[in-house]
Amino acid sequence: MAVLNEEQSMLRDAAKSWTQEKSPVTAFRKMRDSGVEIGFDASAWTEMAEMGWAGVIIPEEFGGSDFGYLSMGLILEELGRTLTASPLLASGLGAASALVLGGTSAQKSEWLPKIAEGTAIGALAVDEGAHHAPEKVALAATKSGAGYSLSGTKTFVLEGLAANVLIVSARTSGKPGDKDGITLFVVPADAKGISRKRLALADSRGGANITFDKVEVGADAVLGEADKGYPVLEKVLDRARAGISAEMLGAAVQAFETTLDYLKVRVQFGQVIGSFQALQHRAAKMFTDLELARSAVEAALTAIDNDSPDVPELVSLAKAKMGDVFHVVSNEMVQMHGGIGMTDAHDAGFYLKRARACEAAYGSQSYHRDRYARIQGY
Amino acid sequence: MADFGGSDLEALRSEARTWIEANFPAELKGRPNPMMREERSTPSAAQEAWRKAMGEKGWGVPTWPAQYGGGGLSAAEGRVIQQELGRAGAYNPIGGMGVMMFGPTLLEYGTEAQKQEHIPKIVKGEVQWCQGFSEPGAGSDLAALSTKCEDKGDHFLINGQKIWTSGAQFADWCFCLVRTDTSKKHEGISFVLFTMHQPGVEVRPIPLIAGNSPFCETFFTDARAEKKDLVGPLNGGWTIAKRLLQHERGGLSGGGGGFGGGRGLVELAKHYVGVDDQGRIADPDLRTRITALEIEGRSFQQTAVRAMLESKGNSGPSAATSIMKNAGTQWMQARHEITLEIMGHQGLGWEGEDFTAEELGAVRGWLGGKAFTIYGGSQEVQSNIISKRILGLPDLTQHT
Repeated sequence: MAVLNEEQSMLRDAAKSWTQEKSPVTAFRKMRDSGVEIGFDASAWTEMAEMGWAGVIIPEEFGGSDFGYLSMGLILEELGRTLTASPLLASGLGAASALVLGGTSAQKSEWLPKIAEGTAIGALAVDEGAHHAPEKVALAATKSGAGYSLSGTKTFVLEGLAANVLIVSARTSGKPGDKDGITLFVVPADAKGISRKRLALADSRGGANITFDKVEVGADAVLGEADKGYPVLEKVLDRARAGISAEMLGAAVQAFETTLDYLKVRVQFGQVIGSFQALQHRAAKMFTDLELARSAVEAALTAIDNDSPDVPELVSLAKAKMGDVFHVVSNEMVQMHGGIGMTDAHDAGFYLKRARACEAAYGSQSYHRDRYARIQGY
Repeated sequence: MADFGGSDLEALRSEARTWIEANFPAELKGRPNPMMREERSTPSAAQEAWRKAMGEKGWGVPTWPAQYGGGGLSAAEGRVIQQELGRAGAYNPIGGMGVMMFGPTLLEYGTEAQKQEHIPKIVKGEVQWCQGFSEPGAGSDLAALSTKCEDKGDHFLINGQKIWTSGAQFADWCFCLVRTDTSKKHEGISFVLFTMHQPGVEVRPIPLIAGNSPFCETFFTDARAEKKDLVGPLNGGWTIAKRLLQHERGGLSGGGGGFGGGRGLVELAKHYVGVDDQGRIADPDLRTRITALEIEGRSFQQTAVRAMLESKGNSGPSAATSIMKNAGTQWMQARHEITLEIMGHQGLGWEGEDFTAEELGAVRGWLGGKAFTIYGGSQEVQSNIISKRILGLPDLTQHT
């Protein structure tokens, strides 16, 4: 655990006690069983917003606390432990980052205070296929009067169904795959021509496909500069990637600790199975990898707070490492629990499903290994 | 990283710079540390002069207490000395097992008289030490050691055999674990010191797969240790041994980076394998595995930094420390393996002009590196320690 300042320690402790008391894994189970379409518990989200968590990276002048990304990561880590599903990542980190980094003052004034108080939910509408590929934007934004007309489809938008405002990457010139010619737009989710389809995903969270059919927006909807949206998008995505890595860290640590507890109580052959060296050494390996992954995740969040030039490589490093580790730990959770781990009544399946969903989000391990190598010039 | 305070450190820095300039022989600039070589040639006059100067100054062990000849500096000040040596292209001539393992342990457990006798000679680089721990029948299960030590009234008599004794052929003194009570396992072990220059000590270097002999078999036949050279209580050696192994493991995890000082994997791969039209390493499978290894190595370095910051912070000792030996040594071995793969057939040369020094070094490094996960507590022993001490899983072997 990183060395924390006083406000960070308080934030982490508050997040820990709230998730343990108010949002244990049973709450996630209840949410899933209820079949609620948005994929999170709205009343829990209200409580989280009341504690100020949605505004942690938002400047004070727009209603936030401006505590920074490591602080946000501490909260996401605790939420990850109990698999708490909430729009904090998509809205309080993703959409908020886009507005803070690239928004006009009018866009900031309109949306940031509402995002900070949790009354508006933002989402990043970036990908258009089965794999994360932020430069492969086909959704077209064509000039229309003084503004633009948007047509195309965004896929797997996290919290896309609940969102009030979308940060949309669109193509204003060039072709899919070009980094030039991408423009970011701030679009109210209830704009005419937008239709949203809920996706029923294995991890039970609120993903949606969003279709834009001649959605008319003004020139003032452009976030940043027309055709030059990609550099800002990369910065926004790096923040989302670091944030989801923090959530993955919490979930992986809890998956490991739950498994470790089981090794200490499950008796076979007259002894607890945790006394078997074959399992002990796999546990020691997981612990080792979790420590390495924690270092990578905290280093990425800290680099963002320091506005360090190596944020892109540190974020790809963290997402790749964390993805590998969560993958193994979630598999081992099922394997070491044996048959009980295969049952829906046990939590192991939730961690397994969350792991794969998080791995795919904002770039899988192979995406980030490739990106890390490119950044390093090979 | 934040440094610790300004002007005092800067004064020391300027003092160190001036002193190194005045005392470090120019002909040694950039030369490798002769201590790091396995064959010991007679030191040159310049090498001797540099050792003596550093020995007198105490800066070879900057943080050891000044009363025994050490530098008496804080950790932050010690880093300044290290940085200034590096800047001047000067190696630290004071090293070996005395510095890395025995000295810190004796400072903690030795009597005043023992410290007065042994520490200054380590500080000055006058006496080299070797470690008499492992035996043919006591490797990972070190406490099974059987080298016998009998009380002969005014002295001890030692009979038995040690193995994997690093540098025994160059050592003047041995710190040794011996059995003083056969009725108990851990509580029958004592920690004694004796000179290697005596008739009862025989040393045979062991040729290894890498073609060198850094370790020896060491035989004791009625070897003598003085009563005053028992460290800690009789039968109380195991506690001291465990502490010493912590010093050893801390030193063995490598700390990442600076690996052999050679070219990085990426540079090697670009040279041996080539690049595609986008500048990527031409073999995509190799590129992926190199990247995974680079990420692994960097996360290890990040963990070393984190463990250091955490141990300085107020959160108590860092759990990260326990994983360093396995994580570091496995990463280094994997790096050796992939280096050979990158070099292809050129990475399999044993000797001769058909191969570059880098290629020959890669082969020897790969073979020698197999020891990393065996010595200083094998990776399996480290995994046992993590399982039991950190994770609280049941201990079936006890005391590992």
